[in-house]
Amino acid sequence: MTAPSTQTQRRGVGEVILRVTDLVKYFPIMSSGVIRRHIGDIKAVDGVSFELHRNETLGLVGESGCGKSTTGRAILHLQPATSGSVEFDGRELTTLNQRQMRPLRRDIQIVFQDPYASLNPRIPVNSIIAEAMHIHNLWEPKRSPARIRELLRLVGLNPEHGNRYPHEFSGGQRQRIGIARALALEPKVMVLDEPVSALDVSIQAGVINLLEDLKDRLGLSYLFIAHDLSVVRHISDRVAVMYLGKIVEIAETDELFDRPAHPYTQSLLSAIPLPDPARERVRERIIITGDVPSPANPPSGCRFRTRCPKFANELNDAQRDQCINVEPLLTDRGIGHPAACHYADVLEIL
Amino acid sequence: MAEYLDVRDVRAHDHAAESSAVLEVDNLQVRFPTDDGIVHAVRGVSYSLRPGEVLGIVGESGSGKSVTSLAVMGLLPRTARINGSVKFRGRELIGLNDREMSGVRGRGIAMVFQDPMTSLNPVYKIGAQLAEALQTHDRGMSAKDAARRSVDLLDLVGIPNAKARVDQYPHEFSGGMRQRVVIAIAMANQPDVIIADEPTTALDVTVQAQVLETLRTAQAETHASMVLITHDLGVVAGMADRVLVMYAGKPVETGDVDDIYYRPRMPYTVGLLGSLPRVDRGERQRLTPIHGSPPSLLNLPPGCPFTPRCPMSRDKCEKDEPELGQVDGINHFSACHFSSELVAREEVAPEAIFGADTTDDTQLGVDSEGASQ
Repeated sequence: MTAPSTQTQRRGVGEVILRVTDLVKYFPIMSSGVIRRHIGDIKAVDGVSFELHRNETLGLVGESGCGKSTTGRAILHLQPATSGSVEFDGRELTTLNQRQMRPLRRDIQIVFQDPYASLNPRIPVNSIIAEAMHIHNLWEPKRSPARIRELLRLVGLNPEHGNRYPHEFSGGQRQRIGIARALALEPKVMVLDEPVSALDVSIQAGVINLLEDLKDRLGLSYLFIAHDLSVVRHISDRVAVMYLGKIVEIAETDELFDRPAHPYTQSLLSAIPLPDPARERVRERIIITGDVPSPANPPSGCRFRTRCPKFANELNDAQRDQCINVEPLLTDRGIGHPAACHYADVLEIL
Repeated sequence: MAEYLDVRDVRAHDHAAESSAVLEVDNLQVRFPTDDGIVHAVRGVSYSLRPGEVLGIVGESGSGKSVTSLAVMGLLPRTARINGSVKFRGRELIGLNDREMSGVRGRGIAMVFQDPMTSLNPVYKIGAQLAEALQTHDRGMSAKDAARRSVDLLDLVGIPNAKARVDQYPHEFSGGMRQRVVIAIAMANQPDVIIADEPTTALDVTVQAQVLETLRTAQAETHASMVLITHDLGVVAGMADRVLVMYAGKPVETGDVDDIYYRPRMPYTVGLLGSLPRVDRGERQRLTPIHGSPPSLLNLPPGCPFTPRCPMSRDKCEKDEPELGQVDGINHFSACHFSSELVAREEVAPEAIFGADTTDDTQLGVDSEGASQ
C-alpha cells in the first residue's frame, strides 16, 4: 500500500524515518443533556498509511475537513490516535505517554499555520527560541545565545532584531521565527501545517524557498500539509491526496500531477485556476457537485461516490454497485501508482 | 422585472450624453484618522467600467482594493474621509446620504462579500432574506411574487431543491451554498454592476470552481458589469477582461488581462507573477519572492512606494512618485519611471530582475503587515 520503493533513490532521499500505519482518529459525539452518551464519532482520520523517507518532502493535500491537519497532530501525539501505529526511527510513538514522548519531540517539530497565534506575544524573539532549548535541557549559557543568533540568520532574519517582540514583525517574518524555534532543537522531521497559507504570495515565495534550502542544508524530512496544490507541487517529492479521512491517491509529485488516476485528484487539479489567461479561456473544467459529506456519517463503499463525476456519468449500474458496496483499497491497479478507485484511470488535466 | 428595465431606461436616458461607462471612479482618495495619524488607505484610484465588462482588481492585503469598493458602495465608517469622484451612470455618488445611496445599492450596484457566514442574517430563513432584497427595492412587489422569484433565483445559482431550501436557515447551508445565496441576492434586482470582494477566498478549490461558475451565470443573466477583487491571480486570469494591479493604495498597472500576464510593465507585477508557484509546470523553478513587505500607509515617504522592494529602483524613484503612463498596448498603463526598460526586454523573466535568495531582514515596522486575513 505504500509507494514503490524503487523511487527512493532520488537525490539524497534515504531510508524510512516515519512510518504511519492504519492511523485512525475519531472524535466522539456526545448527546446533549445531563447524561452525555456517546452517540457517534467524527471519523476525522480513518485508516491512513504512508512512509516518510529521510530528506524527503511528502505533501499531504486535501480540502478542509479531510483530516490532513488531524493526521499531523496525531503523529506528534498532540491528539492521541484512536488506533494505528506511528513509528519514528523504529520506535512506536502511539503507546508512549507524554513524559516518554517529550525527548522525542526534539526530533519531530511542528510549524503551525497562523504566525500570529503561535508565538507568545509577551516575550521577545530570543526568549521564544530559548524557551524551546530550556524545556529540553539544551540551554548552555555560554553557547546558546550565539546559537540563537545563528538560527535567526539561518532563517533569513537579522539577528539584531532578536530583542524585539513578535508584533514588530510582519507575517512572513513571524513564520520564519516559528521555523527558527522548531530548528532550535535540531529536529529530524518537521510537520509543516499550512505554513504559508496565511501569507501574501510575494512573501509566501520567500518562505517556500527558505524551507527548501533548510531541507537541503540540514537534511530534514518534511510532512508538508497544505490545501494549495500549486505550493505542494512546488515543494514536494511525493504527494498524498486525502478525502474524508482517507488517502485516495499517492505518487511521486510529477506522476500525480501529470497522470492523476483518482477522479477526486482529477477534479481537484481541474478546479485550480491557472494564472494564464490564454489557457484559462480554453480550459474545460470538471466541476464536481455538492459538498464534502459529514465525516460523522461517510458514504458506504467509496467515500467519494456521492460527488464523483465518473460515478455519475460514466459507470453502469453494476459498476456503481461496486462503488456503493465495496470500499476501494489504495493499491496500484496497473497505472504505476496507488489510487483508491475501482475504476482508476489516468486522465491528463494540466 | 419589466418595471426595473423601464426605470433603468429612464435613468440611462437622463445621462445618455455623459458617457458609455456604467461606473466611473476618478481620483478616489480615502483617509482614516487614527491615534497614530492619518492612514492614507486609497491614494487616487481611477477606473471606468464599461457595460458587461469584468474588471479584476488584484493586490496584496493592505493595498486598498477592498476599501476602494467600500467607498464606491458608500459603506465606509463615518470617520473615513473620502475625496474624488465616483459616478454611476453619470450620477455622482460621493456625498450622497444613506437613503439616497440605498436607491443605488442592490439595483444599481450590488455587492458580494468574502465571508458568506457574516453577510447572511443567521436568524432569518434564506427565502425571507431574498424576498427582503427584492421588496426593499421594489415596494410594489407582492409577498407571493417575491417568494416565487426567490425560488427562481436559487434555482438559477444552482441550489438543488430550491423550493425546500428557501425555508431553511443559513446554518443549514454549506459555505459554497451560502455564497451562492449571496450571489442570488446580489442579482435579485438586476443590477448594472456587481462588485465581488474576494468572493471565493474562504472556500475550498472545488467549491471555488462552483462559485466562479455561478458568478459567470449571474453575469450572463443580468448582463451586469463586474468588479472582481481578489489576491488570487489565477481567479482573475479566468474571469477578467481587464486588470488593475494595486499597491500601497494606488493602481500601479492596468491593462487588458493578456497585457498584464504576458507583458507586465511594472516591476511589482513582474514580481507578483514570479512569486507564484505554478501547478501546471513540472520543472522545479525557484520562486522569486519580493523582498520586504508593503509600506505602512501612515506617513508614506515621497517617491514610488515600491522603491524599497524594487530591484530596479534608482535615485529618481525615491523622489518622484510615477503616475500611470501609457506603455505598449492601447489600454495598457504602468506607473514606473523605467517601464520602458521592461518593454525593451524580449521576455520579462522575474528571476532576472528579482534575486531568488531567502532572507527577509528588511526594516521592521509595527504597521508592516505581511499576512492576509
